[in-house]
Amino acid sequence: MLDQVRVTVNGASISVPSGTTVAVAVTIAGQACRTSVSGERRGPLCGMGICFECRVAIDGRPHCRSCQILCEPGMEVTTDE
Amino acid sequence: MAAAVRAAECGVHVGIVDDNPTLGGQIWRGGPEDGRSRDAGRWSELLRTAGVTKLSGKRIFDQPDRGIVLAEGNDDVSELRYQNLILATGARERFLPFPGWTLSNVMGAGGLQAMVKCGLPIRGKRVVIAGTGPLLLAVAAYLRKNGAEIPMICEQTSWSSLAGFSLALLSQPAKIAQGLQLKRELSGVPFVANSWPLAAHGRQILESVTVSRGGKSETILCDYLACGFHLVPNIELAQLLGCHVNGGYVRVDDLQRTTVKEVFCAGEPTGIGGVDSALIEGQIAGLAAAGGTAEAQRLFGKREKARRFARTLDRTFRLRPELTKLPSADTLVCRCEDVPYSHLQQQTSWRAAKLHTRCGMGPCQGRVCGPATQFFFKWTPDSVRPPVFPARIGDLASIIGGPEPENSTVGGGLE
Amino acid sequence: MSQAASDVVIVGAGIVGAACADEFARRGMRVTIVDRDVVGSGATAAGMGHIVVMDDSEAQFALTRYSQQLWQALRPALPDDVEYDQCGTIWVAADDEEMFEVRRKHKHYAARGVPTEVLDAKTLQQLEPNLRDGMVGGLLVPEDAVLYPPCAARFLIERAQEHGAKLRLGSSAAQIGQGQVRLSDGREFTAEIIVNAAGAFAPELTPGLEIKKRKGHLVITDRYPGFLRHQLVELGYLKSAHSVSSDSVAFNIQPRRTGQILIGSSRQYGAEHKDVDHGILARMLRRAQEYMPALGPLSAVRTWTGFRAATPDKLPLIGPWQRDQSVFLATGHEGLGITTSLATAKILVDQITGSNAEIPIEPYLPSRAAKEFAHA
Repeated sequence: MLDQVRVTVNGASISVPSGTTVAVAVTIAGQACRTSVSGERRGPLCGMGICFECRVAIDGRPHCRSCQILCEPGMEVTTDE
Repeated sequence: MAAAVRAAECGVHVGIVDDNPTLGGQIWRGGPEDGRSRDAGRWSELLRTAGVTKLSGKRIFDQPDRGIVLAEGNDDVSELRYQNLILATGARERFLPFPGWTLSNVMGAGGLQAMVKCGLPIRGKRVVIAGTGPLLLAVAAYLRKNGAEIPMICEQTSWSSLAGFSLALLSQPAKIAQGLQLKRELSGVPFVANSWPLAAHGRQILESVTVSRGGKSETILCDYLACGFHLVPNIELAQLLGCHVNGGYVRVDDLQRTTVKEVFCAGEPTGIGGVDSALIEGQIAGLAAAGGTAEAQRLFGKREKARRFARTLDRTFRLRPELTKLPSADTLVCRCEDVPYSHLQQQTSWRAAKLHTRCGMGPCQGRVCGPATQFFFKWTPDSVRPPVFPARIGDLASIIGGPEPENSTVGGGLE
Repeated sequence: MSQAASDVVIVGAGIVGAACADEFARRGMRVTIVDRDVVGSGATAAGMGHIVVMDDSEAQFALTRYSQQLWQALRPALPDDVEYDQCGTIWVAADDEEMFEVRRKHKHYAARGVPTEVLDAKTLQQLEPNLRDGMVGGLLVPEDAVLYPPCAARFLIERAQEHGAKLRLGSSAAQIGQGQVRLSDGREFTAEIIVNAAGAFAPELTPGLEIKKRKGHLVITDRYPGFLRHQLVELGYLKSAHSVSSDSVAFNIQPRRTGQILIGSSRQYGAEHKDVDHGILARMLRRAQEYMPALGPLSAVRTWTGFRAATPDKLPLIGPWQRDQSVFLATGHEGLGITTSLATAKILVDQITGSNAEIPIEPYLPSRAAKEFAHA
């Protein structure tokens, strides 16, 4: 029925239904997306790509708005520590 | 989508550009999946058969010259030339900071709904919904349908405003039907007016929310807080293009034409009115831009009805003055630069705040903190400069007249 | 309506006006500062905040070096939001001709007590790996620094206020002269000494001032910590800064303490509007990418413009205005306002109080104009 997509989040492999965004995958993996300038752990706020809180690195590229990006097989997602 | 379909039906070449990975914007995110989104399915199909060029996952960030806009995707940049441009940039939620609002799992109301539509598991989770506006109810119903438990919906407006709103809706049968359906879907869910969040609590992530309720406070354990204070129109692109703005909305004439001759604007940027307004105004704009003026005029009556609803919305969900007390001194207002409320209290204008605290200088370009500071301090935002959305250096560097940059595609005409 | 008398009224609360206010106030004079906008706006808000020693002329060197040392001494007092960072400058040589210039500068500075280090291609690559391959080398000036100018201006104004200075914002100066400053809202201030520190707008208040606006563009990126360590400037920058008539761009890039990258620079004469000029912006960014291709994928968050105040001989005007006994000038700093603000204040106040300045003041005196502006 629904395809599954396998991605890694901070090295841990997870499988999500096709159509899942990277932001959701990060949340499912129990991770926050980024660390703010004063050290707070942040996750998605607006869900529509305008708040920039959901930024993660995807396949080495930093500052990707993960709520606007669909998971693709083999994607390597890293969040900042 | 409505604009694109109608314009294409007039025989002109139409392209549609959208940042989201799939079409549908926010209200129809994730496509048709229930009765309320029958419209979504219908318009998607019309769009497909109309042969509209879809440019998904792209955001317009600059206008180097009249008739051309630059759009950036995740891996490319396109120069889009147009004879007419229809702006249907929609709206975003208004966020008001309160203690703990930066905790993970505190999201916008539409924000949480979007996440669930994109796969976030919500079954069995407790979600408190707070803020203001009809979006709260729509979100509550959607989440509940997907198995969430809703301990409370906290609406800041008063019971009398809401009563007035219900009365106003009596003139619109479709809205009554919608209202009754929502009532059924939310039966048993506590809905409280005159209520707003006071603080979100938790160590690493959200654990509970304290809300004000009839002058007393009440703490509710929960997994998510879906909190949004109605909508703010996305007018930045219109401003970049030089369109006049009135009271925060893009000024348009009867045919949805802005003060810039070849630029039209429809939907939320001209006034928050929801799906119905957006569909009608979109059609009018599409028809007008493609030369179908007579057909466009035939929709004026329906639009007037939709606009009445928009004005009602505006009145009903006005923010109450108590909300200016939401943030405490160390509540962060600018989340990009972590600027606390106390630092902003000392500033005399948006510009001064930007210069001296960096509030508004982050990647969201003031989209989150701007409306909040406007409400708290009555600051007016300043003028808009390119890029109207963050864009890669390489793409900013690629303009007409220069050497062809790598990875650029010259897009087709846009109507 | 007249306000209580001051000894000095300073028009302009940018970095130069702020430095002057601070200096006057600390020497016990009653100061009023006026500005039509907020503290640290104008070119102060727009500029790069680069504190840099320059050696186009002995006079430029003397002023920049003196002022750089004043900033170093001030550093411990600067609050955190001034973001003072002694990251140093590297003047980048892209070819042998520029490398020759590197060695010349090295000797020149050594003779004047400014520590610098000649970098070969390999060392340059190690220090700044994001520079493209093929650079010949560079000159590292480790005592150069960067800071965030609006907060530096605010710090200086606040220090002046601690010594009794009064700040009056929100109305532009309509007329200055003969011991009086009149604002457009009708307020008037009387003082024996009026300092015109209004930057690019100085000629509006003091007709006859030979100052032209020189527009610049800047871009700032999102945060990329570690991408860049020093302020990097191409040696061709000097050709750009020298040019008196044409539009030019030069590679000039700065790491902010936030991890954001600030990218400049451009110069245009005759551009009066603040709008971003797409053609120049694109040229500037292409130039930057020529030196650092790795910039291409970085996310640009904002662009803006500013107007430098440029004089015909590229030196600021610091001292008495010969056409009005009460008016003194502290303006015309072109791209070196942040750097030379502190020294400007010192030598201006030295002149007025009759103290001996640390450096010769003649090259910056407004009266030099009659003799030297003959050849632009």
